[in-house]
Amino acid sequence: MTDTASPITRRSLLAGAAAAAGGALLAGLPAAGAQQPVVPAVPHAPADPTAAPGAPTTAVGSRSPFVDPRRAPVGQITGTALTPLQDLNGSITPADLHFTRIHDGIPTIDPATHTLLIHGLVDHPMEFTVDDLKRFPSVTRVHFVECSGNGRQAYRAPTPNMTPQQVEGMTSNSEWVGVPVATLFNEVGVHHDAEWFLAEGRDASRLARSVPVSKGRDDALVVYAQNGEPLRPEQGFPIRLLLPGFEGNMNVKWLRRIKLGTSPFMTRWETSKYTDPLPGGKERMFSFEMDAKSIITSPAYPQRITPGWWPVRGLAWSGRGRINRVDVSVDGGHTWLEAQLLGSILSKAHVRFEYPWQWTGNESLLMSRAVDDHGYVQPTMKQLLAVRGPGTDYHFNPIRAWRVARDGTVTFEGRT
Amino acid sequence: MRRLIALAAAALTLSACKLDSRQDYLGDKAPKRFGLGHAASASDIAAEDIDVLPNGTGLPPGSGTAAEGATVYASACASCHGANGEGKAPDYPQLVGGPKTTFDFADNPKIPRTIGNYWPYATTVFAYIRRAMPLTAPGSLTADQTYAVTAYLLEREGLIPSGAAMDANSLPRVQMPARSHFVRDDRQGSQGGPKVR
Repeated sequence: MTDTASPITRRSLLAGAAAAAGGALLAGLPAAGAQQPVVPAVPHAPADPTAAPGAPTTAVGSRSPFVDPRRAPVGQITGTALTPLQDLNGSITPADLHFTRIHDGIPTIDPATHTLLIHGLVDHPMEFTVDDLKRFPSVTRVHFVECSGNGRQAYRAPTPNMTPQQVEGMTSNSEWVGVPVATLFNEVGVHHDAEWFLAEGRDASRLARSVPVSKGRDDALVVYAQNGEPLRPEQGFPIRLLLPGFEGNMNVKWLRRIKLGTSPFMTRWETSKYTDPLPGGKERMFSFEMDAKSIITSPAYPQRITPGWWPVRGLAWSGRGRINRVDVSVDGGHTWLEAQLLGSILSKAHVRFEYPWQWTGNESLLMSRAVDDHGYVQPTMKQLLAVRGPGTDYHFNPIRAWRVARDGTVTFEGRT
Repeated sequence: MRRLIALAAAALTLSACKLDSRQDYLGDKAPKRFGLGHAASASDIAAEDIDVLPNGTGLPPGSGTAAEGATVYASACASCHGANGEGKAPDYPQLVGGPKTTFDFADNPKIPRTIGNYWPYATTVFAYIRRAMPLTAPGSLTADQTYAVTAYLLEREGLIPSGAAMDANSLPRVQMPARSHFVRDDRQGSQGGPKVR
């Protein structure tokens, strides 16, 4: 088989599995980014909606035909579908638009038979059904999940026509409901010498990461609900690990097993991936917390603006705590002005910022800079590269810029 | 009086810390255990206990050589990772053949990160193949086949002598050149701080 332009679909996957069962393995898995173009239906609205009754009630709501937010790219079994940040307001990401990173497809799991096994250095090796987990005292928290590779594409291959989705769309923010890992640790009796736990998923990659037991005792959760409903399959249905502020890959979806041990398990995802080269021939591993970051989501490509008032809006977040302040610059970082933070300012969660701006028609370079409650100031690209070297692109959190031309077009400025 | 002070102190503590649902809201009513879930049997555990530690704990019986692994590689791996482990960008990583003279990954993003120049533990190769490969039929290789293809990749990287068999005893002893380059996160952890690192 040769390279195909079409992504892996369930059908081709089944064909592949059949071929594999026959002794030959599927070759020519998909080229990234290949997608069918979406042709939206032209929505129709009556000239006067008050002149006749509207549509009847429905069992499940749908979006207005006039809006069509979409994750992209899609259709892959190993890949990432990014959140359309430019289409959203407030701080919560609709569950069906939460970014999705998968390593070997999205499994279909029956919640009635799924169990979470906790074993290793514990007094009582236990299995918990999803119903068991729901009977523990629950907590409700708002947290972002961000892939630690978020922003790397805009660094490695920036183009002026990148949208906020393409620049930083691997971050999303939800209200999660679940049981504290600390409660489960108490239930199984974790031994005092246990320093690390392995978290493993029931997907085809059986993704697994080592997590410090201290994080389990601190604020880690096993969650079963997101934004008021059960987790979506692509977010780990029926249960996932949630490690507030830690890189997305560790928030293991379809969680099936937790094993307590004395040392890290050195899985592929914490050695050959998700490690950060540093100058001097060093390689940083177990870099868990996501540093403070922000991005302007409007004005941004592909908007075209006219002279007058335009709120500069965006999102800011920190994996170490709360956002204290977001500054906005309209002159490429020469002067900074404090933006307003809207809504609740929660720890390890997205917060919406807004800065009222009057565009006079001159060329402008829009930037945002987040400051967290540890005094960490989102760095410039230059600062970041100076301490890490050009080869590191995980945990990549530089100040981003949008160029507004005199004709009102807005483009991504990747080289700042 | 003492009781009053205690009460006042408790009230202060309550108002000082935000009502954080992480705190056990049952207070002294919290049971030692809730008694939910059921004991996991040895066979429940064995069915899922597939991790392997760098010291070899978790490696199953079996063995394989590079010669045997070449056959496994050709049928199970080459279609994605290339006939010679060269990979297919961007989805299928290059496995072998990265330069081994320097460790300049921070300065040069173009250096291929392969098993021989980047992976710190040989056990991870076995563990990952057993866990997740091949992509279309994970778990389909036997322990012998997994040892064999691991041996094939390690031999291609010049990390084991020609003809050496990989098994639970020999695999953890393979010296990986990248190992000494790995350092723990120095960004001040959850405490954070103003410094960009």
